[in-house]
Amino acid sequence: MILDLITYGAFFLVTALSYGIICLGLNVQWGQTGLFNVGVAGFVAIGAYTSALLTTPDVVERFGGFDLPIWIGWISAAFVSGLAAAFIGVITLRLRADYLAITTFGIAITIQLVVLNAITITGGPFGIGFIPRPFSGLQEHPLLFNLANLSLVCGITGGVYYALERLIHGPWGRVLRAIREDEAAAASLGKNAKVFRLQAFVLGSAVMGFAGAIQAHFIGFIAPENYLSAITFQVWAMLIIGGSGNNRGALLGAILVWALWSITGAALGLIVPAEYQARAAALQIVFIGIGLAAILVVRPRGLLGEVTKVSRVLIDR
Amino acid sequence: MNLQFLADGVVMGALIGLGAVGVTLSYSILRFANFAHGEFIAWGTYMTLVLTTAISTLFGGHTGTIGPLSFGWPLLVAGVAAAALTGGLAVALDRLLFSKLRSKGNAIVMVMASFGASMALRSLLEFIFTSRPAYFTRDIQMAVPAGLGIRLTPDQFFLIFLTMIIVVVMDRFLSLSATGRAMRAVSENPILARVAGVDVERVIRATWIIAGILATASGVMLGVTVQIRPFMGFDLLLPLFAAAILGGIGSMSGAMLGGLIVGVAEAVAVQIVGADYRAAVAFLILIAVLLVKPSGLFGVRE
Repeated sequence: MILDLITYGAFFLVTALSYGIICLGLNVQWGQTGLFNVGVAGFVAIGAYTSALLTTPDVVERFGGFDLPIWIGWISAAFVSGLAAAFIGVITLRLRADYLAITTFGIAITIQLVVLNAITITGGPFGIGFIPRPFSGLQEHPLLFNLANLSLVCGITGGVYYALERLIHGPWGRVLRAIREDEAAAASLGKNAKVFRLQAFVLGSAVMGFAGAIQAHFIGFIAPENYLSAITFQVWAMLIIGGSGNNRGALLGAILVWALWSITGAALGLIVPAEYQARAAALQIVFIGIGLAAILVVRPRGLLGEVTKVSRVLIDR
Repeated sequence: MNLQFLADGVVMGALIGLGAVGVTLSYSILRFANFAHGEFIAWGTYMTLVLTTAISTLFGGHTGTIGPLSFGWPLLVAGVAAAALTGGLAVALDRLLFSKLRSKGNAIVMVMASFGASMALRSLLEFIFTSRPAYFTRDIQMAVPAGLGIRLTPDQFFLIFLTMIIVVVMDRFLSLSATGRAMRAVSENPILARVAGVDVERVIRATWIIAGILATASGVMLGVTVQIRPFMGFDLLLPLFAAAILGGIGSMSGAMLGGLIVGVAEAVAVQIVGADYRAAVAFLILIAVLLVKPSGLFGVRE
């Protein structure tokens, strides 16, 4: 019993932390730079499908299955998601801010169409199965398997967190925040706002694609319905509730919202009769939507808001 | 060559255009891209459906149909009432949410709030009506020839006619009425308009009401010609934005023309590559406009 609980706890945390990494990516875009990306689902999907295509064993009815090592899949996932972001970013970041929102919304829909209809590449509605899982040798021991994966995901989350913290608290992050607060002032100091925005957008999307690949490999199976706009919305709720602009807030929000989501989901599953399950799931989204809007009005900082500091030197003094 | 697809594209384009006019008005006057506009479309349609059913039941189901059309007067009455209610919904959403964020002056937070509101409103519809499609009528209409080998159903004739009336009324309203002129003034320069004595709050309310009315018109058209689903507005959102940006933000005739172009382009794409990738057409048009002429066909600013 207690072992089952630990197994479930580890499984829960792996999923929550993979969302946490997506949140960290979104935090670079929104929290630091003020870029509104409505296509989170799309970039996560690009990462998941890229890695799945590269690492699954060769199959007859579908293009690819290149049987490459997992780590190559993960790095390529980040690279391809970043590339897609660069394409979108170059076109829209020079225009008004809402256009990025509209275009990323569009790319998420387009990617959904492609994964659903390009059956020879993506498996269509049936998705891609048999994605190699890390530590697959341990699969007979669910406890060990989940704990091994948890330590791997913890390590990766820690690594991404540390790297982003270093970037954000370094000169690069200061320029991003300067542009976000006052573009004209930043430009007068010779900072090219467009280039920095593009960098932040590409980096954030690459992190999202990377997280998408991790998720895909942990579950071992992906399908288009995993990448609907609901996931974009969940990730946004996580970041806003946790506190945008704060990487610890992003991780806290991810764990908290995922816990709420899982608990309410399980509770509704127990209480609500089977024929009303779809309705109950819709109600879950209603509550998150109201919660997100309420946080924006009442406490825009979220739980752990951004720590305003101009420079490490000034604080230390 | 069979030009039938053009007719379907024009009908689709007309209803995209009506929605896009609402988007472009709220975008230029309230200064943010409202992702909840699709939900006004879906809510307007479902309210029309509920009211139509209520009226028909009240009259014992003997309301009949108007001439060759597939629906009777209850749909028209219900549509007008639902349009007013949707306008009210938009105003209420503004009171509860957008007005509180507007004072903070960050447009992109309002976009995000509209995104959250759209998710909540859509899922609420799904909760109430489930995701199973609904129909105003299940009758199948015979199409009649309209020249050039094109056949239109009486419903389609009526809807194209209705769109033209709405466009003319809207155009007269914006250019002649005091409210219309105030709306254009706020869209040009809100600070100057306020200084000149324009009641900006009133203009904002009027904008939301018009957006709600046009959204309902466009949704009911979609409901009559295709079907009613909780996701109907969400699926229209990308075509609406593409049409509004193609036409140039703030331009009503631009949005209408943009809607027709997107609608016809979708119909052409269905002929060439099939229906699977239909929804990507709006995205390609959007990218093309942003690359070539971000201010759109009739845009003024930027």
